Amino acid sequence: MNALTDTQRNATTATGGSGNGTGAAKPAARRRKPIRTRAYKWFRVVALVAIVLTFLAPLVWMLLASLKTNVDIYDASKAVIFSPTWENYDNVLGRNNYFTFIFNSFWVAFVSTALSLIIGIPAAYSMSRFAMRRSALVVLMARIIPGVSLLVPWYYVFSNLRMVGGYEVLILSHMFVALPLIVYIMMSYFDSMPLELEEAAQVDGLTPIGAFTRITLPLSVAGIATAGILSFIFSWNNFMFALVLSGANTKTLPVAIFNFVSYASIDWGGLMAAATVVTIPIMIIALFTQKYIVSGLTAGATKG
Amino acid sequence: MTALSTDTTQRGPAPKGPKKTGWQVYSDWANDHRKWLFAAPAMVFVGILIVFPLAWTLYLSLTDASGSVRAESDFIGLENYAEVLTDTQRFWPAVGRTFYFTIGALAIQMVLGMCIALLLWRPFKGEKFVRVVILLPLVATPVAVGMMWRLILDPNIGFANQLLNFFGIPGQPWLSSPETALTTLLFVDVWQWTPMVVLILLAGLTSLSDEPDEAARIDGATAWQRFWYVTLPLMMPTVIVAVLLRGIDALKTFDILYATKGKGGGSFNEVETLNIYAYGLSFDYMDYGVASAVLILFFMIIVACMWLVTFRRKGSK
Repeated sequence: MNALTDTQRNATTATGGSGNGTGAAKPAARRRKPIRTRAYKWFRVVALVAIVLTFLAPLVWMLLASLKTNVDIYDASKAVIFSPTWENYDNVLGRNNYFTFIFNSFWVAFVSTALSLIIGIPAAYSMSRFAMRRSALVVLMARIIPGVSLLVPWYYVFSNLRMVGGYEVLILSHMFVALPLIVYIMMSYFDSMPLELEEAAQVDGLTPIGAFTRITLPLSVAGIATAGILSFIFSWNNFMFALVLSGANTKTLPVAIFNFVSYASIDWGGLMAAATVVTIPIMIIALFTQKYIVSGLTAGATKG
Repeated sequence: MTALSTDTTQRGPAPKGPKKTGWQVYSDWANDHRKWLFAAPAMVFVGILIVFPLAWTLYLSLTDASGSVRAESDFIGLENYAEVLTDTQRFWPAVGRTFYFTIGALAIQMVLGMCIALLLWRPFKGEKFVRVVILLPLVATPVAVGMMWRLILDPNIGFANQLLNFFGIPGQPWLSSPETALTTLLFVDVWQWTPMVVLILLAGLTSLSDEPDEAARIDGATAWQRFWYVTLPLMMPTVIVAVLLRGIDALKTFDILYATKGKGGGSFNEVETLNIYAYGLSFDYMDYGVASAVLILFFMIIVACMWLVTFRRKGSK
């Protein structure tokens, strides 16, 4: 319901905006002269509303279903109007150890992101400043290789080391996802950063490493935030590594949700509550850090 | 002795004064070698986690390892490869599905993504809201997304069929039928990842300069001509980046397929791509030798695809 009113308001403001022809907020250079026909204007509004509905409606549906009893989920007449209940959340969070899984997901994502940042940022710096393109390719290989091909050997080694089921092995495997991402993002960030500041700092008596830690790093906070947020999200969402390498007590949320349906009949309300629990934190992070996420996902894309 | 002393003075003034403390020796050494000092930890980490497993997978693919990772295994040469490459029951259909899924999803995502990016290109009111909405599918946990679509596409209680019935169209089996399951999942992938293409293309579009487009407009080019002959060629580098990034991920799609159809890609293996097949062989059937052969072949396919895309890119320049 809420989403619908939002999109409607949006639709009307969009027409108003293009009708005026001048947006005060945007620089004039980006604006095109208003030669569009009325038909195109309406087409654009309809298309935008359709886009918003397509991407938003399924998520809203999931949220609504998580607030319904299973009887209501089966009842088509109660699609939108129903009496919401917290029952599903009570069941999921109360009975199924979900707080442990939430903690596991958070802890693994947090530690693997932190460690990857620690080894990834200097590597990205070096690879950017010394143009080590081949070395960069080695790290980026980690993004290309299918994860399954590494899982069998990892499983073999880590089970011999009696590490399977512990946090360490999960963190290591998630670092493997986070590190290439961080190196990729930070490399394009350092590439776009002028050399002059570091050179000036070295003229003033700082060592090259001192210039890196005292000048470059503080100036890279935005890039580091971008890399950190994205790597946290990717780790939080990761399913395959945790599916194989986690134990009963170190299960992360995606694995817990997957196990939810391996029993005979599906408790749809509970499943949707569980799915909402894993998605909501990420959505909230995304709402507040949208700018960083977009710049991270598109890093290096425009250089060609 | 004298020769030695003149030698040191000839080296020029020492940068940090005559006496070096122990700390400074280390510090100088670190500064001189910072290139590899900085890069090494990350490279060693990735190297150990990649090179050893790849070598191991290559070795396993030449043995009959199965049952347990600790079990005895014999070297059987290329037998696994022969078995896999002549397997028309599981392997070749899986290759076909992988390509169907990847090429289908990629093509739809690129076309849709370009359309949406062009729609969002010029500023409008409510832009911020639309951009946030577009970001949501992208950051949503794929397993949760799979479960969400399972409910929406359920033939009996799902919203999708309720909607179709409302318009008088008969309900579809979606995920439950072997014929439609893979295509349905292809569209779930399109739903989740088109926004990624939009964001990348939008970043490319915003970095374009307006002049070529203006010049074409003054010459009387239509909107379509301006897009096809001016904007698109200028966007090619960005398009290729998007194709590469999305293509690799689409080839490796695992989460939504496994979360919605489970082991073996459903009871008729209807959504079993190479990734699902290799995972099933490894962890559901413990047939490590064959699984490794499949993985090595899969890896070769990915590298070949990447090489094709980047090679064509260099060729066109």
